[in-house]
Amino acid sequence: MNESLLRELVPEVIGVLVRRGADFAAAEDAVQDALVEAVCGGSDGDAPRDPKAWLITVAWRKFLDAVRADTSRRRREEQVDAEPVPEGGGSVDDTLQLYFLCAHPSLTPASAVALTLRAVGGLTTRQIARAYLVPEATMAQRISRAKRTVSGVRFDQPGDLATVLRVLYLVFNEGYSGDVDLSGEAIRLTRQLAAVTGGMSGAGALSGGGGGGGAGGAEEVVGLLALMLLHHARRPARTGPDGRLVPLAEQDRGLWDTGLIAEGIGMLQAALARDRLGEFQAQAAIAALHADAPTAGETDWVQIVEWYDELVRLTDSPVARLNRAVAVGEADGARAGLAALARLDPSLPRYAAVSAYLHERDGDAATAARLYAEAARSAPNIPERDHLTRQAARLNALLRG
Amino acid sequence: MAKYLLLKHYRGAPAAVNDVPMDQWKPEEVTAHIQYMRDFAARLETTGEYVGEQALSPEGTFVRYDGEGRPPVTDGPFAETKDLIAGWMVIDVETYDRALELAAELSAAPGAGGKPIHEWLEIRPAYGEQATATE
Repeated sequence: MNESLLRELVPEVIGVLVRRGADFAAAEDAVQDALVEAVCGGSDGDAPRDPKAWLITVAWRKFLDAVRADTSRRRREEQVDAEPVPEGGGSVDDTLQLYFLCAHPSLTPASAVALTLRAVGGLTTRQIARAYLVPEATMAQRISRAKRTVSGVRFDQPGDLATVLRVLYLVFNEGYSGDVDLSGEAIRLTRQLAAVTGGMSGAGALSGGGGGGGAGGAEEVVGLLALMLLHHARRPARTGPDGRLVPLAEQDRGLWDTGLIAEGIGMLQAALARDRLGEFQAQAAIAALHADAPTAGETDWVQIVEWYDELVRLTDSPVARLNRAVAVGEADGARAGLAALARLDPSLPRYAAVSAYLHERDGDAATAARLYAEAARSAPNIPERDHLTRQAARLNALLRG
Repeated sequence: MAKYLLLKHYRGAPAAVNDVPMDQWKPEEVTAHIQYMRDFAARLETTGEYVGEQALSPEGTFVRYDGEGRPPVTDGPFAETKDLIAGWMVIDVETYDRALELAAELSAAPGAGGKPIHEWLEIRPAYGEQATATE
């Protein structure tokens, strides 16, 4: 059976089981079991005509089997059999509720990520474990703890959309590369979220406030989706053939995916037109200005600085201020960039790298070389460390003449 | 989440508070120590923070390439003065503070007299993956 099609049905089917009386943890296990049966060919290889009905039937059977197998749950089984199937609600509501539950504020970010990938994304524990480079048993425990943590949360409570967005952004941004493309998965899940929050339709089910997302609920979902698409579009150009990091200014723009860029910009413009600005829309606007420049030299840095001003106003994030200093350096010259940098805390991650870059542009190669070497020592990952080391080596070779 | 390596030394770390060589302990103290380490790892698995571990034999040797067609040069077993790693554990935790907390717990493993060893463990952050959205 088609695995990706079935995975898309997972949140809906969990919702159906919950409305029939299963608790979330048991429903999630049952759907996962049904999914594994489908993918492993346990269903005689016959593709059912209605995959959703098939998945509901098999998952419900798995759920009843599990309840019956567990004598301590006897009482609950009687309850479940006695309860009528509640009417009302729908797949759209169920899917949205599942996003809220899996990113519940009581969960740590890593637990929310794992639970979202399994219950909303339909990935197996093994796939998630491989993606985050931990043993399967460890990931299984992380997921069951997360399920216990949210076991007391009512399925129909309104959730916090802002937390959901942060979790999806984490999946997009900080996944390792296993056999699952987590960036692609994050985009799929954000697309689905945009569809159920009404962000794509223009009606905006959550935009009238009360969606729990703070400023611009549905608009922020679209903003995040646009941001992901715009970053994803540049992915083929971000690494060289030997795996080295290629900085934005040196990327072969011919490798950028123009289709994704057009889609991202179109979405962003629609969201911005609704005038409910949030941090993801502001970040997407910056990414769009980069994506829109035919060459690095034609980048509209003045507008980028303005968007960073918005971002700082919205988030008060030190990282946004640091990035703003780079943009100021491009828009108003290296001296202005260094002046903006001087107001920030030097212990910020990547402060030394930004300082090195601005000093080189200011003509001070010796200071830049020293700072690049310092930045390399505190780099958070190997491609960045190697890139910064090469920058230091390049300047040191230049200085030796 | 971030991965950290916890390194335990036979030699080379500052002296532990309860610094009695293991062969001077009572047999049941050795057993209690080993059980503590096992329980620690098992508990980390249930919290979803365990990645892996390995204890290492003290019989180590330095090796280096000595040119085309020549056998590798070796140096060892190590002289008493050298740093000697006894084992490692990799954990995957939410914060640096959590990594410190776990390392401290491991350092409290019981030793001679059933008292915590208070040994020094080295904690080293692993490089993460390059984030998709930083350029």
